[in-house]
Amino acid sequence: MRERTPGLDVVVTSLASDAHTWNLVYLQLVLEELGHRVANLGACVPDELMVAECSRRRPDLVVVSSVNGHGCHDGARVIGLLRARPELAGTAIVIGGKLGTGGTEGARVRAARLVAAGFDAVFEDGAGVAAFRSFLDRLQAGVRV
Amino acid sequence: MNGFGRFVADAGRLVVQPRMGFGSPRLMRDGLRAVRDAGVCTVGTITLDSYTRVGSHDTARAALASGADLNGYPIVAHPVGTTRGVTAGIAGADFPVQVRHGSALPQDIVAAGIAAGLFATEGGPLSYCLPYSRVPVAEAVPAWRETCRMLARLRDTGVEPHLESFGGCMLGQLCPPSLLVALSVLEALFFQRHGVRSVSLSYAQQTHPGQDAEAVRALRTLAREHLSGDDWHVVIYTYMGVFPRTPHGANSLLAEAARLAVRTGAARLIVKTVAEAHRIPTIEENVAALRTAAAAASGTRYAPSTEDTGILAEARALVDSVLELDDDLGTALVRAVALGFLDVPYCLHPDNPGRTRAFVDRDGRLRWSRLGTLPLRGIADPASRHDVTSAGLLHALSHVERRFDDAAIEHDLHALPLG
Repeated sequence: MRERTPGLDVVVTSLASDAHTWNLVYLQLVLEELGHRVANLGACVPDELMVAECSRRRPDLVVVSSVNGHGCHDGARVIGLLRARPELAGTAIVIGGKLGTGGTEGARVRAARLVAAGFDAVFEDGAGVAAFRSFLDRLQAGVRV
Repeated sequence: MNGFGRFVADAGRLVVQPRMGFGSPRLMRDGLRAVRDAGVCTVGTITLDSYTRVGSHDTARAALASGADLNGYPIVAHPVGTTRGVTAGIAGADFPVQVRHGSALPQDIVAAGIAAGLFATEGGPLSYCLPYSRVPVAEAVPAWRETCRMLARLRDTGVEPHLESFGGCMLGQLCPPSLLVALSVLEALFFQRHGVRSVSLSYAQQTHPGQDAEAVRALRTLAREHLSGDDWHVVIYTYMGVFPRTPHGANSLLAEAARLAVRTGAARLIVKTVAEAHRIPTIEENVAALRTAAAAASGTRYAPSTEDTGILAEARALVDSVLELDDDLGTALVRAVALGFLDVPYCLHPDNPGRTRAFVDRDGRLRWSRLGTLPLRGIADPASRHDVTSAGLLHALSHVERRFDDAAIEHDLHALPLG
């Protein structure tokens, strides 16, 4: 089945204040192994660059990954800018990593806030990559239909 | 006889230092005082937040105003009087304090530090550019030249500024030791050529104690050959990659870093805490880590490595090839990255060629699998190519974490009462 499924065009990106990259390297490998095509924007991506790159590339999915503890704050800001662009209003956009400074404490509150702000899904550290993979499966099924 | 470098050189035992930073001035002051009073030989740290690191001082100010969490001390957003209040009566000749930041364009940070009486900092034109920013190398180099000159001018006022190269860390893991050594040497030399006399060279603990000891010996050998004066020292960073989750595993890894430092003649160690894998550590956790490291160091003697797997030869080839590119070291660094003479494995920076790969071999040593265009043909022996998978990457990234957590779990099992 999978070999006949066209892969998704995915943008993997960090947030403006986050300098970590191993999470981005790993996600790129995970996505490529599943047959998707990845544009990796790297570390410390300014809001304007993220919006410009996503607008230009029109990906099927944007994966925002952040592990410096500012992800909730910065993610809630940037999703508004992305959703404000008509071409990105319906794009699947997810966020994951370590999104607050207090560990997994408050993860549910953060997830609710980020979904309310416009993300399609939130994957806090600890949920593992399995939840992300099943989201990809559902998304790909949707894209196929 | 003053300054951060001289204090470390004259300490007579391993100097231990935290990576500690808080947004609140009160907490930052409490933290510095607790580090000073930890009962072991320490220097202080003010680690900055990630908004300040990327120059978003307005965001840092807004976060302060709204009471939101910051992951470090925003030295530019806080008024200079606030920072002077943080260090007043604590920082001084017997307790020097270093600003640790992570910025590729550090002029405003260094200026804020100088205004507040803080004359020791760290970073470098490549080590704080390639791993942590999107700033072009050709912009980072002049920024660091200017930074060096700002610091060097302080000597007119009787202060000896200090600058530490972060070149021994890069992405924290999966960078072979010879490249770490070469980057530290090149950056320290860059600092000295632009007027900063008191420098330190870093090396971050990697995956294998024997390989690390050989690397630090190579670092000291090349530093002696290339640096001028005697106000330089080596600083070891406790492992900068995925950290053990168990307290016993975290402390064992920290103790191993302290022993590495003493065995190799390094003068200073930057610690990590049991909270590293989980969250930003408390003051108490930092103090506990400093004491754990000092205790491990006091039971260890200087015993230089005699192993030679070729790290010195590789590092020397990298340094020499870069220095030959141009008389101006800044120009040489920019060209070296463009040519792939310096190419950091897995680094996503737009300027990094990205043609090198490394892995952890069966013995737990870091090795090249692809050399890209590094000038190491005939010198390094890259292992047969093997594609890096996501699972393979995770396995390599967690190699050290597993080694120490597995041992910790075994230790706990043995400690269970029988029957």
